[in-house]
Amino acid sequence: MSQRFHEIAITVNGEEVRERVDARKTLVDFLREDLALTGSHVGCEHGVCGACSVRVNGAVVRGCLMLAVQCDGARVDTIEGVADTDEIADLQQAFVARNALQCGYCTPGMLLTAQELLGRSGVPSREQIRAHLSGNYCRCTGYQAIVDAVEAVAKTRAEANR
Amino acid sequence: MKPPPFAYAKARSVAHAIELLAADDARLLAGGQSLIATLNMRLSQPALLVDINGVGGLDHITLRNAHIEIGALVRYAQAERSAEIAQAAPLVALALPHIGHPAIRNRGTVGGSLAFADPAAELPACMVALGAEIEIVGPQGQRAVKADDFFKGLFETALAGRDVLTGIRIPVASGATRVGFAEFARRHGDYAMVGLAACAQADGKRLNDVRLAYFGVGATPVRARKAEPALADGDVEAAVSALVEDLEPPDDVQTSGAVKAHLAGVLLRRVARQLGRAAS
Repeated sequence: MSQRFHEIAITVNGEEVRERVDARKTLVDFLREDLALTGSHVGCEHGVCGACSVRVNGAVVRGCLMLAVQCDGARVDTIEGVADTDEIADLQQAFVARNALQCGYCTPGMLLTAQELLGRSGVPSREQIRAHLSGNYCRCTGYQAIVDAVEAVAKTRAEANR
Repeated sequence: MKPPPFAYAKARSVAHAIELLAADDARLLAGGQSLIATLNMRLSQPALLVDINGVGGLDHITLRNAHIEIGALVRYAQAERSAEIAQAAPLVALALPHIGHPAIRNRGTVGGSLAFADPAAELPACMVALGAEIEIVGPQGQRAVKADDFFKGLFETALAGRDVLTGIRIPVASGATRVGFAEFARRHGDYAMVGLAACAQADGKRLNDVRLAYFGVGATPVRARKAEPALADGDVEAAVSALVEDLEPPDDVQTSGAVKAHLAGVLLRRVARQLGRAAS
């Protein structure tokens, strides 16, 4: 079984995908090149910038620091899937309303990471929002508007859940 | 960049991993948060990656009488959520939020941090401060190595080529246990320029068994053995002065050795307050 190429089966955005992959292919390259899901971006390729963030079995991870072959049997959600199910529709709208993006390169990773924080109970403080997003770099906005958008959604969702 | 070509095998058990590691240039893959970055940068070119993520029985957090056992595959995020760790190993709980970012903590493992032994990493220093034991299984069987003896040099540990780090054993904190943790990093989640993990046992107004483990100041975690007795006596400034003999931080990409030496003193004063021994 020690070989370069492996058959894998992954559930991507709810659909089962079977592919033969080279062991050296990272998850984000697999999603972009083999499945044409180009919403996950490739930035630094060593785990610093957060542009490649995706969810594996419900947890947000770096798509550049996992190999596609490791995801055999896993459930992977990308920004395309999460956006299609309307799970983050309010968050997307808040980003637009507050100009929380300019070039948009970091935005898919930013949204997925923010959504993970928003999935916890309670309204996070601005400090907590900044700490949670600390591994997602944005070179356009200066973060202020991003924190504003996440905070606004946290408050709206908390209201709605009362 | 992209990783160089390599073969990949999923280990079914610790024994199977040890068997697979017999191949030339084989490396263990746990959380991969350092290893895959070094592959992407082509800083390492293994012929085979042995993935232990599917091996059962390595992700337990178990409270025994005198110690808490943490399996090698326990991820930082899992450890952060653990009530057992918060109660029995509060120093680890203090250190965890400083490690990387949430997405890194979702994937990175406790065992991986120790086996990789980055000199600026938080957990190796915590293990030294706590007097933890590292559990290892190799071709000759099982053994345990004290954290003080485990870190041998820069990215070098007591692990041999076919050894698998399976878990750690940390003495359970008692009512008298005091811990402290602080680090300086340019941004939250970055590797520290300098950090300090500390553990002591309070005995009335005194502290016993003070253990100060610095990170980011040398090739391995460094005990401040001259500062420890000074702090036990309650003399924080004498402890800070003693650091000159204890530490010789080299210059690195982040800052000069002189700045690190200064920051080490600042951290000691902060951590001394956490240990409840600062002169008011």
